[in-house]
Amino acid sequence: MNESPIKKEPSRHGFGRGLVEAARIHHNVVGLCADLTESTRMKEFKEEFPDRFFEVGVAEQNMAAVASGLAASGFIPVIASYAMFSPGRNWEQIRTTICYNNQPVIIAGHHTGLSVGSDGGSHQALEDIALMRVLPNMRVVSPCDSVEATQLMKLLVQNPKPSYMRLARSETEILTQQSDAVDLSSNTILYQSSNTAEVVIISTGVIGVEARYAAQALAQQGVSVALLNARILKPFPVEQLRFLMEQFGVTTIVTVEEHQRNGGLGSIIAELIADNGWSQKLLRIGVDDQFGQSGTVEELYKAYGLDRDSLTEKIKGFIG
Amino acid sequence: MISYDRVQELKIIAARVRESIIEMLVSAGSGHTAGPLGFTDVLVALYFQTMKHNPKNPSWEHRDRFLLSHGHICPALYATMAHAGYFSKAELLTLRSFGSRLQGHPHREYLPGIETSSGPLGCGISQGVGMALGLQLQKNPARVFVGISDGELQEGNTWEALMLAAHYKLTNFVIILDRNHIQIDGFTENIVGLDPVADKMRAFNYEVAEVDGHNFEELEKVLHQKNTSGRPLFVIAHTTPGKGVKAFENKFEWHGKPPVDKEAYDALASLRSLEGALVAPHHH
Repeated sequence: MNESPIKKEPSRHGFGRGLVEAARIHHNVVGLCADLTESTRMKEFKEEFPDRFFEVGVAEQNMAAVASGLAASGFIPVIASYAMFSPGRNWEQIRTTICYNNQPVIIAGHHTGLSVGSDGGSHQALEDIALMRVLPNMRVVSPCDSVEATQLMKLLVQNPKPSYMRLARSETEILTQQSDAVDLSSNTILYQSSNTAEVVIISTGVIGVEARYAAQALAQQGVSVALLNARILKPFPVEQLRFLMEQFGVTTIVTVEEHQRNGGLGSIIAELIADNGWSQKLLRIGVDDQFGQSGTVEELYKAYGLDRDSLTEKIKGFIG
Repeated sequence: MISYDRVQELKIIAARVRESIIEMLVSAGSGHTAGPLGFTDVLVALYFQTMKHNPKNPSWEHRDRFLLSHGHICPALYATMAHAGYFSKAELLTLRSFGSRLQGHPHREYLPGIETSSGPLGCGISQGVGMALGLQLQKNPARVFVGISDGELQEGNTWEALMLAAHYKLTNFVIILDRNHIQIDGFTENIVGLDPVADKMRAFNYEVAEVDGHNFEELEKVLHQKNTSGRPLFVIAHTTPGKGVKAFENKFEWHGKPPVDKEAYDALASLRSLEGALVAPHHH
């Protein structure tokens, strides 16, 4: 593990940096924002590239379709809003004008998960993975920290196609390093207790911090465990997972996400088990058909059973 | 000014496009009748008179763009494009069939020359705004034309897009409203009234022009002129649903169904006699 002092930062900050860095290299990157330039961290892009930034006002449906038109003119548009509104409110525009049209628009969905905190359930997107992964042509990525968000953002621009990036509001521990190799076709192991792993925990997004603490706690209690960071949700790197499970001797998969248990990462893995005839047992941990509410991140994680202690207990109970 | 002879030519082309539309709908056995016939003259004006485009090179960078926001009237667009030389007229009869490039609603990736997939209403203006902004950024002088239905003025997305185009003062951007007063459930003013449309658009900072959507002189005049107003142009084209076939005109029952048997035969006969009448004074 990294021994240096723990650095914390919201993943959305990494998105903002990645956008600017990509835009310096790729002059056809344009940015659109729906009145949330500061909190979606599009401010830096707007300041450095004022001619390539379009403020569309509080109009997320329009933003998605305008971006499609810009893409049709040869640009790579990046649109940013809170995920509740984009893709929450503008799903059909994303389906028809971006995915059906196959236009390379990058959708940055901010303020996902319970870690939005005090804004409450209306603003905590817990359904966005389901909304986006069901769409043909759409790629879905979900960085676990700001460093990975920067790297993924640059890769999305380098490989233009309809894409969704899931981002979080609150500052969280940095789990990866800039020197880590990142690509769009593999996920990454954040922790392993030994060369074998009876249990593989697969987490997506910044809840990986809690999952890592849980993995360490389980290891201390004698469970052989690995933690896979699912930064790429679609197309899911299936062969990598199959290889890891064979190599580690995995008997149990646990998914951890700040998303509804239905339709998100847990569903992805359940579908893979069914489609491939895998024998592993599966525990899906997420929000169980409920809306969020106001509170601190710590209070909410605890209330919804996503904090490190709850994760540890649930996994221990499942493996018996 | 457009010459008398040119107007007669455009009328003949429009009659032939309408014949194709009837043949396509009969062949497909489903689809919309009134809307395509009503917007045919506008499309003929655009593709045969106004727009700079090259049917042999549909992705030509400097082409004027036309987006059909109300994708359900695509038989008129397909027929106009075929008559303009984008693809063979024989292919028109594949409309709505399995494997056809002529999908029930237009799909960009299936048919070159289709600028965007459409059908779900209310987002054509948005995409046109995106294209117009992009063209400005690229210093490309091409213009963007978006055809919209009156029914889709009821969509919220339409008004978001209208506000943005006016905010950015897009003068390379033209919206053409197919004002035929019908939608699936009845007359627009009985469903959710839209009038006064012209006043609404002026209030939204548009340069507004009202034309007879079947009059090529009027269409030419508003569509061809350089827009020096500093505001985007909103053209209200008053159209007659089912135009060209007396039995279909102004009847919303023909919004969403195709003609069959005698209805189709009579429609084609009347269009052909019209075409003959138009040819007569010019060529004899």
